[in-house]
Amino acid sequence: MRHIISILLENESGALSRVAGLFSARGYNIESLTVAATEDPSLSRMTLVTRGSEDVIEQITKQLNKLVDVVKLLDLTEGPHIEREMMLIKLKATSTARDELKRLVDIFRGHIIDVTSSTYTVELTGTGEKLDAFIQAVDSDDILETVRSGVSGIARGEKSLHV
Amino acid sequence: MELTGAEILVRCLKDEGVEYVFGYPGGAVLHVYDALYQQEDVKHILVRHEQGATHAADGYARSTGKPGVVLVTSGPGATNAITGIATAHMDSIPMVVITGQVHTWAIGSDAFQEVDSVGITRPCVKHNFLVKDVKDLAITIKKAFYLATTGRPGPVVVDVPKDVTAQRTEYSYPKEVSIRSYNPVLKGHPGQIRKAVDLMLTAKKPMLYTGGGVILSGAQNSLTEMTRMLGFPITQTLMGLGAFPATDPQSLGMLGMHGTYEANMAMHHCDVLVAIGARFDDRVVGVVKYFCPEAQIIHVDIDPSSISKSVKVHVPIVGDVDHVVKEMIRLIREDKRKPDPVAPMQQLAQWWDQINEWRSVNCLKYDRASALIKPQYVLETLYRLTEGDAYVTSDVGQHQMWAAQFYKFDKPLRWINSGGLGTMGFGLPAAMGVQLAHPDATVACVTGEASIQMCIQELSTCRQYGLPIKIINLNNRYMGMVRQWQEFFYEGRYAMSYMDALPDFVKLAESYGHVGMSIDKPADVEPALREALKLKDRLVFMDFITDQTENVYPMIAQGKGHHEMHLSPERELA
Repeated sequence: MRHIISILLENESGALSRVAGLFSARGYNIESLTVAATEDPSLSRMTLVTRGSEDVIEQITKQLNKLVDVVKLLDLTEGPHIEREMMLIKLKATSTARDELKRLVDIFRGHIIDVTSSTYTVELTGTGEKLDAFIQAVDSDDILETVRSGVSGIARGEKSLHV
Repeated sequence: MELTGAEILVRCLKDEGVEYVFGYPGGAVLHVYDALYQQEDVKHILVRHEQGATHAADGYARSTGKPGVVLVTSGPGATNAITGIATAHMDSIPMVVITGQVHTWAIGSDAFQEVDSVGITRPCVKHNFLVKDVKDLAITIKKAFYLATTGRPGPVVVDVPKDVTAQRTEYSYPKEVSIRSYNPVLKGHPGQIRKAVDLMLTAKKPMLYTGGGVILSGAQNSLTEMTRMLGFPITQTLMGLGAFPATDPQSLGMLGMHGTYEANMAMHHCDVLVAIGARFDDRVVGVVKYFCPEAQIIHVDIDPSSISKSVKVHVPIVGDVDHVVKEMIRLIREDKRKPDPVAPMQQLAQWWDQINEWRSVNCLKYDRASALIKPQYVLETLYRLTEGDAYVTSDVGQHQMWAAQFYKFDKPLRWINSGGLGTMGFGLPAAMGVQLAHPDATVACVTGEASIQMCIQELSTCRQYGLPIKIINLNNRYMGMVRQWQEFFYEGRYAMSYMDALPDFVKLAESYGHVGMSIDKPADVEPALREALKLKDRLVFMDFITDQTENVYPMIAQGKGHHEMHLSPERELA
């Protein structure tokens, strides 16, 4: 099962490597990982996507909680939640294909954020599945570069992860 | 008054009540050594290799319950200390290791004797710190001791760059410290404890399985009280020996791969298993699917990640062992189903009959008529002559298992061995820490000719500080446990397990200024031990030339269940 684990951790050098090191040392997989400081500069918020049986996920959350730098964590997939990922994708856009590409970007509610005579750079936000669908929809020969942020997530409703 | 970082470091240790620091100087810690030199409160023990420093601090910690303290230099000083740090980490031993580091401006430049100590120790510490500003030094040392000694204990590394030890600032040692992300649970959940007590009081075939957590929690008295009150059989792990008296009739000895027949059979057949401060290690459990197939399992542990890690449990209780066991005692006392206070074993008479039948197998029997010295006999004699009251350290291998089987520990903090990591070379330096902590006690280091050579240089440290350790070298000219596995599982192909070109251990001991003895006849074992134990102020190296082919029994082969033990051929002869 795929799980999205949200972690508040001390914004200190080395904290990220403690988390990453834990996963490699214990053989857990990381599908994606995003991290940045929060409004409180002493804290970082990390969103980690992993896969495993219920037993493995239970160990992952326990082992993460055991790290001294981990202040709090929440398995978002245990309740209703929102997940988003952002993608920047650079596409070949020559004269004949430009209009068609523009329409496709509109359908996916993306934005063209940079243009040259032969390329479009598109910004697209959504679930991972939506980004995958967009990649499927364009001709693979036209993709020059893709950059994905990894998943960020937040619980729905009034539930929040804070100190 | 402003102090230098080096002076602050030493003052912190003094204010923390540190008696001994085990270490080895080098460039990055010279300021600290200079500060140590100018005071007398904190005593420094100079080892001969940094691995020895960590094991000695570890031995000190295991035999006192107080944190061990280590001071080493940067680079190779830190890397040499790793084995000892990992050893302490696996067995949850409180330790604070201060490593020197190159100047802050040189970090990351591949400077002389630079290594990323925080990075390299990260997987084998409870936590670690790099101090970049002298103003953070005192609070960091306070945090290090706090983390090392609370919750599930463990080693904490503090990496201190050389320029930080030269900078000056005002010193005050914080009285208290709190870390927002670190709040170990002490009290167990009352509902869960009630559920556990319910199960315990309705069990027909109960079993207590206890580990090192009991000793770390200082819960030996409450555990003993509860065990006697319940009349349950109890087995202890390699790390737990001594928390409940081994000579008590309720004790079934050690369990696991080389545990007793009665302990392992009782594990296999019990209906309620009460695991306390034990972590279901693979050497105890064997194959998960064959483990305690009929039992409802209760597990008390301070570390939530130990619970249901390998074996699924039915009643998990997160909390400090002593707190939880005391609460269990209170509930049992109030319960009308509580066992008869005069004869608590009575209502489990059928279960005890079964256990006594398993006991009558006499699984630790060995050939007493042999013309060769049997290692078991040496340990039995050591136990008898020291009246079970010695501190016993061991290295790793056959001798370690025999010591665990044949030395009956009635008290905690007496049995000092590397259980989790299985570190050869641990025994002698650990004995140094134990002897320093208990100067008048008998400290025996049970070892083999392979293990002892891994930290043999510490004989020099023992000489310098006059540590009268008694080294029991069970010399079978083999890496015994490796040889045993090769005999059983590799058709006797003894690849590299033969110890060739051994030194003359008697002369070796003498060259370090110690007493050496060589013993090769069974009849000489007792007189030699008596003589050695009489030499109260000398280290005695006893080289016992033992039977080369002796194996450790019982044994559960890998992939087998607790009920499928191999017993010794001797027992079959009986």
